[in-house]
Amino acid sequence: MTNSWTDIKNTDLVVIMGGNAAEAHPCGFKWVVEAKAHRGAKLIVVDPRFTRSASVSDLYAPIRQGTDIAFLLGVINHCIANDKVQWDYVKAYTNATYIVKEGFSYKDGLFAGYDEAKRDYNRSSWDYDMTAEGFAATDPSLQNPRCVWNLLKAHVATYTPEMVERICGTPKDKFLKVCQWIGETSAKNKVMTSMYALGWTQHSKGSQNIRAMAMLQLILGNIGVRGGGMNALRGHSNIQGLTDLGLMSNLLPGYLTLPVEREADLNTYMSTRGFKPLQPNQMSYWQNYKKFFVSFQKSMWGAAATKDNDFAYDYLPKLDVPSYDVLRAFELMHQGKMNGYVCQGFNPLLSAPNRKKLTAALSNLKFLITMDPLDTETARFWDNHGKYNEVDPTKIQTEVIQLPSTCFAEDEGSLTNSGRWLQWHWPGGDAPGEAKADTWIMAQVYLRLKALYEKEGGAFADPIVKLHWPYKEAGDPKPDELAREINGYVVEDVPDPNDSTKKILEKGKQVVSFAVLRDDGSTACGCWIYSGCFNEAGNNMARRDNTDPDETGAFLKWAFSWPVNRRILYNRASADLEGKAWDPTRKLIEWDGTKWAGYDVPDILPTAKPDVVMPFIMNPEGVSRLFTRGLMRDGPFPAHYEPFESPVVNPVAPKIRGNPVARVFKGDMEQFGDSKEFPYAATSYRLTEHFHFWTKHVWVNAVMQPEFFVEVSEQLAKEKGIRSGGWVRVWSKRGSVQAKAVVTKRIVPLTCDGKTVHIVGIPLHWGFMGAARKGFGPNSLTPFVGDANIETPEYKAFLVDIEPIPEPVA
Amino acid sequence: MASLSPQDLIRRSASSITPAANKLPEVAKMIDVSKCIGCKACQVACLEWNDRREEVGVNTGVYENPHDLTPNSFTLMRYTEWVNPETQSLEWLIRKDGCMHCADPGCLKACPAPGAIVQYSNGIVDFVHVNCIGCGYCIKGCPFNIPRISQVDQKAYKCTLCSDRVAVGQGPACAKACPTHAITFGTKEQMLKDAALRIEDLRSRGYKNAGIYDPPGVGGTHVIYVLHHADKPEIYASLPRDPKISPVVEIWKGLTKYAGLAAIAIFGVVGVLHHLVNGANRVSSQDEENAKRLKEGRS
Repeated sequence: MTNSWTDIKNTDLVVIMGGNAAEAHPCGFKWVVEAKAHRGAKLIVVDPRFTRSASVSDLYAPIRQGTDIAFLLGVINHCIANDKVQWDYVKAYTNATYIVKEGFSYKDGLFAGYDEAKRDYNRSSWDYDMTAEGFAATDPSLQNPRCVWNLLKAHVATYTPEMVERICGTPKDKFLKVCQWIGETSAKNKVMTSMYALGWTQHSKGSQNIRAMAMLQLILGNIGVRGGGMNALRGHSNIQGLTDLGLMSNLLPGYLTLPVEREADLNTYMSTRGFKPLQPNQMSYWQNYKKFFVSFQKSMWGAAATKDNDFAYDYLPKLDVPSYDVLRAFELMHQGKMNGYVCQGFNPLLSAPNRKKLTAALSNLKFLITMDPLDTETARFWDNHGKYNEVDPTKIQTEVIQLPSTCFAEDEGSLTNSGRWLQWHWPGGDAPGEAKADTWIMAQVYLRLKALYEKEGGAFADPIVKLHWPYKEAGDPKPDELAREINGYVVEDVPDPNDSTKKILEKGKQVVSFAVLRDDGSTACGCWIYSGCFNEAGNNMARRDNTDPDETGAFLKWAFSWPVNRRILYNRASADLEGKAWDPTRKLIEWDGTKWAGYDVPDILPTAKPDVVMPFIMNPEGVSRLFTRGLMRDGPFPAHYEPFESPVVNPVAPKIRGNPVARVFKGDMEQFGDSKEFPYAATSYRLTEHFHFWTKHVWVNAVMQPEFFVEVSEQLAKEKGIRSGGWVRVWSKRGSVQAKAVVTKRIVPLTCDGKTVHIVGIPLHWGFMGAARKGFGPNSLTPFVGDANIETPEYKAFLVDIEPIPEPVA
Repeated sequence: MASLSPQDLIRRSASSITPAANKLPEVAKMIDVSKCIGCKACQVACLEWNDRREEVGVNTGVYENPHDLTPNSFTLMRYTEWVNPETQSLEWLIRKDGCMHCADPGCLKACPAPGAIVQYSNGIVDFVHVNCIGCGYCIKGCPFNIPRISQVDQKAYKCTLCSDRVAVGQGPACAKACPTHAITFGTKEQMLKDAALRIEDLRSRGYKNAGIYDPPGVGGTHVIYVLHHADKPEIYASLPRDPKISPVVEIWKGLTKYAGLAAIAIFGVVGVLHHLVNGANRVSSQDEENAKRLKEGRS
């Protein structure tokens, strides 16, 4: 989230699209209810199904899954055509005025530089014209036909209300009403918040779904303001923490990136991470990259990371592929190239796509280690459960080791919520049986590995044996020790250059924040964005003071929000070029003539003059991007692509199937179905009664929603002879499931490109372990393809067929 | 389980009492249907607080689980897909069902077991299971079809409005668990004021018939609803438009009661005479077996 959960109460308009907040985030949804009840806010829900969120909305518009970009570009088109633009914001705080290089183009669904064989672009033309001084060229008058604004205007012109209806199946009148309500928030005293989740990410163009809304929010001036923002609702209590701490195969903590093979030394690595400002006087905060990186290396390898060895740069693995995401990992297992798998707090047999392929992949392993509080399906993949897990255990040689771990209620530590708040928690009870904290298990594994390397040696043992391990009890690092390490500390005294009797930093002290980190090895910091969470003031994550001056929703003394306890990112953009709030009733920070101050921690150097230093300090431009240059693989603007399995041919680019640069492994393309064989558009989702695949192990949740079902419209039920409460079989090119049918008015057939499109809804909470009735997950059906930028699997749009069946014999 | 003090009683089934002069303030639970997202957290909280265990059921093509109120599930979300004929738009109406805690409780009136059903001066109607004879008259007496008889102990069960929590100054477990504050609890006076604000908001959003459900036919209730369409309560999973205690119960409590008691007395006298003449009934081994089978079948 750019903003926080509590800030949602400040909004005028909530748009829930690409998510279902009431259903999947019922506790956070209270802030929507609050905004409605006490501020008169309106709620729009755009979704293929009339969801629990829709049940309390003011306006619901149906949409075919996988067409969000067409819808959102349609809204942008409407806003531009009807002058619903926050012009002062757009001109000053976005790259609308920037001039794009000759050579950049978009035609027939493809941007300039496409290489069909590689399924990739040469992105060199997706950039700005540069001035002689080395800055990006701009045209403040917006007259230049190649300025971003004019390119955008032309790009979205295709997406007329008629085209939106044709692609999305959203009735034109509903679409125009959505446009009207959204457009009203271009006023300086009106804001809209976007709440989204996996309904946007789980597509082969998931990242671009989100970009489309981010662009719209920028055009409306709704980023950096109270009640505005792009608010990603994270699906686990700590999934924000997972990404922040770099648990992605290509990331280091704090969104630093792991080196790739061609970056053999630190200088080469840093050469593309300089972040030279693209306009004069801009902060371009990533210029501090090296300070964060070196401090991270010091926290990892302590004294073994020295200036002479480039701070142990060689100890880091170097990626030979863009990422080892879950799809690639299973592909490698499937090919027999990955032989061991440590699966910690993850149940891929139900949560990765194409279950048949997953089972085959896990069966190829030599060993599988699971660390989980629950007896997961993944741990039991070899166990025959009849039709629910049709395997032959005698043919599977994988050795499975289950290590029971504590759950969140049994251990101490912090969870990072969607709003970037690190909230410390304490155990509510002891762990049952032999369950141990994950940190204990990891430490025990590490110490044994280290002992083996010390005793027997091995190829390049240094990164293991020299790992900095300063914990009081080596076999059991404590949560506060880890948190202090993540915050960062001073390794060597740093004398004051102006007065050698004084020290700027004193050895052994916790650093106050990342602002004091250094690239000379005198500081260590496990995750720079978390710095400040546990400094000399103590454990700031454990703060529980809920005072909130003037009820702005900031709650600055509650827990700790990264970065530096800031509650709303880009909050400098809540004020105009003179430093005055666009809307005085929503004041966040203002310029008092000498500095920035207000209700939140300023997201800018406090002394940065408002008309000189622009608000988007992480970008070398200083402004936000409507045009993302070459930073995304599939285009500097979003464009509508159909899902890989779609009921219709892409109306704006008929020759293109799916996202033209999404990675497809050999053999998986053949496993995509077409609409002749599989005529119905399926989607997967969560229900409030359950949390993923966990709560089916809990008796009372199993009572609330006991049995796997699929949802279809009354029209499709009639056509196929499906009875509500009766049994159906649903199958795709990759698998088949049996389920109860829920026939509902909440799903209606849509008309897309002149064709009736029926939607089949498939919730995801059932498996063959736990207290609930045995069932299937949608991943028995879903295709093995992910987002072009981040590889999140395309779970939200695929094709199936459906038929009624007699009640299966148990 | 009654946890409030006996001095707080104002009514006791099949018995007469003199209520104390000091009355508790009247309480109410307000269920704002327009804020409810149907998450069932209230159902879970109810099962957990009351320490009840429900069976893992099946899906029958709807979201309701279990499929009706049970002796263990004192509350249940009921879902209705309703197409508003004026706007042609779908509305998904979700109502939390359970005891309404009527000011004029039909269950209590119908109950023949002394002290099995009581009403406190704060408005809570509670079942005292130790006194319950499992006759099921409370079900007949209830205009909302709420109480359920347990097949295990043959006692009637329903929502207690968490009288045990209220007795120590807490709100009901369902209100505590509700994530959207669709369920709130306080004095009835305060709840009616809050409801009026909600209705104002709903009317501003075009629900011109938004209103409170606090039916006068049962003297008002201590569970009140805020409805978007208060003119049509029946669209909310058959919420009664004008609930009243069944005339049968009213008659039973009047003349019929005394006629019935007279009849029982006559049967008693006849029974004694029969015993004197014919001696006691003997239980045969067949009877024992039948009884055993019946018991096992039910356990």
